[in-house]
Amino acid sequence: MSTEKSRLMKAWEWHEQRLPIGHFLDHSLGSKYPAPKNLNYWWNFGSLALFMLVTMIITGVFLAMNYTAHVTLAFSSVERIMRDVNNGWLIRYMHANGASFFFIVVYIHIFRGLYYGSYKPPREVLWWMGVVIYLLMMATAFMGYVLPWGQMSFWGATVITNLFSAIPAVGDAIVTLLWGGFSVDNPTLNRFFALHYLLPFVIVGVVFIHIWALHIPGSNNPLGIDAAPADKIPFFPYYVAKDVFGLGVFLMAYFAVVFWLPNAMGHPLNYVPANPMVTPPHIVPEWYYLPFYAILRAIPDKLLGVVAMFGSILILFVLPWLDRHPVRSATFRPIFKIFFWIFLANAVLLGYCGSQAAEGWPLIASRIGTFWYFFHFIVLLPLLSWIETPKPLPASISQPVLSPAE
Amino acid sequence: MANTAHAHAAAAQGETRRDFLLHSTVAVGAVGTAMMVWPLINSMNPAADTLALASTEFSIAGVAEGSGITVVWRGKPVFVRHRTAAEIEQAKKDDTADLRDPATDAKRAQKPAYLILVGVCTHLGCIPLGMKTGEPRGDFGGFFCPCHGSHYDTSGRIRKGPAPLNLAVPPYQYISDTTVRVG
Ligand code: HEM
Ligand code: FES
Repeated sequence: MSTEKSRLMKAWEWHEQRLPIGHFLDHSLGSKYPAPKNLNYWWNFGSLALFMLVTMIITGVFLAMNYTAHVTLAFSSVERIMRDVNNGWLIRYMHANGASFFFIVVYIHIFRGLYYGSYKPPREVLWWMGVVIYLLMMATAFMGYVLPWGQMSFWGATVITNLFSAIPAVGDAIVTLLWGGFSVDNPTLNRFFALHYLLPFVIVGVVFIHIWALHIPGSNNPLGIDAAPADKIPFFPYYVAKDVFGLGVFLMAYFAVVFWLPNAMGHPLNYVPANPMVTPPHIVPEWYYLPFYAILRAIPDKLLGVVAMFGSILILFVLPWLDRHPVRSATFRPIFKIFFWIFLANAVLLGYCGSQAAEGWPLIASRIGTFWYFFHFIVLLPLLSWIETPKPLPASISQPVLSPAE
Repeated sequence: MANTAHAHAAAAQGETRRDFLLHSTVAVGAVGTAMMVWPLINSMNPAADTLALASTEFSIAGVAEGSGITVVWRGKPVFVRHRTAAEIEQAKKDDTADLRDPATDAKRAQKPAYLILVGVCTHLGCIPLGMKTGEPRGDFGGFFCPCHGSHYDTSGRIRKGPAPLNLAVPPYQYISDTTVRVG
């Protein structure tokens, strides 16, 4: 028994000396990676995002085995997946709803960062990599939604690719290049499938850089103060156990939707095959794009609308220089905290406006919401960095617990 | 000492030569990469067979006044509308209106009776309404794009809404009194 074990150990050590994979994992997500001991449940969403990325890749590869990227066959190949392929319905519903849950998780992850100031020094590059992942996710999900070649697929693709025609001088040439023709057509579907297959693996690469950048300073925490070594605990077993518990709860929500509400987040018109000669009366993108769609439509000028829409995401790159307040966590910034919640409510309002026809009060509300979105970043945050007096910060993570009277 | 001085001199000389070699290698590499990237990008542009589908012919004989037909050209709808006298008059009157993309109706319709347009909204590519009876035709009586609310007049010119340009006039010719070739 003991010789058996030591022989296995020896083999493992032999392998570790040649490829220290166990060592690498232990330092990345194991007992050699210290994390602040006060992380709350909002810190679960990073590992959940990774879980969803892996889920999307696995379900996607199996869908691709039965999917046909051709305008005459795409729609029926997806219907075949739903009806004839063994468990095809499960794989497709996991993939389609997986995209929604991936975005839910990532939105919570981003708002966590906004609330606790995780974009502030020394985590700016970590934040940038997150924004890059978010942009890649939007591109991937957009092209994925085109693949089933329903009415929303087709007209969503038409409207979104036409955004690039707003670029002065070269816009139309770019759109023709994107389409590979004179409208969204078979060449477009083919390249979207190729890129939809590729981009998730690019995301995997950027996730590696994201986690690498995370490991330089380590995790931020709800207090937003630097964690002393004494205030850290090893990632394994503590946070591995916590993340797995969170995953269990998350899976219940995810599969409740996959099994009982699989089409709740989709649009019924995407079960109508694409018809290039008939535009549906009311085109809406998937829910996760709605706030940006509202911003696009709020501005009655084509170029400015497109600039505002892309600008509303790109502005996240410079956020660390717009909010220069030295205190990270909203816990100690009473004014910032109020405006954080207003910002969140405004984003939800914009999302609602994006789902409505661009007329009447939703149009007015989306104009006010668009104004507020940029006002928050460009005026409020710099102003608050200047004038807001924070509450006193604890000297360490343990201090409020050890000496509560102070 | 002598050795060091010699080495310095050689290094000083060799450095410019090495710089030259380095820069020319980088330049050749960059140009070579660019020469390889362009064919890849260009392969995404319309292929020869796509370009070959460039023209469509159709008859306008059966199109009654006040109605229209939609034909397919390069995967896009082309509106062919037989305008009423009132529409033509309105279109001519609007030549002097405040137009976002100024163009006279005479320039846009070879024969005033038939308005031939690419039926693709110049905003983000939806198909405007107004070809079928009962469809909304917007504040200016021409076409209305429901996607983001663009209004076109009876000459297909943009009058209101986010679209920047008039509905495009495709290249076309009358090959007989009742037959038109687009493209
Ligand atoms: C970041 C990861 C991914 C995201 C966010 C994503 C998103 C999407 C979305 C939103 C759809 C449309 C679902 C529907 O309404 O039917 C879709 C479809 C599809 N995806 Fe993905 N996907 C990802 C990864 C992948 C990968 C890695 C593959 C292949 C290797 C793949 C293959 C497919 C296929 C074949 C379809 C068409 C079948 C269908 O519509 O259900 N996906 N994807
Ligand atoms: S596509 Fe016609 S108004 Fe936007």
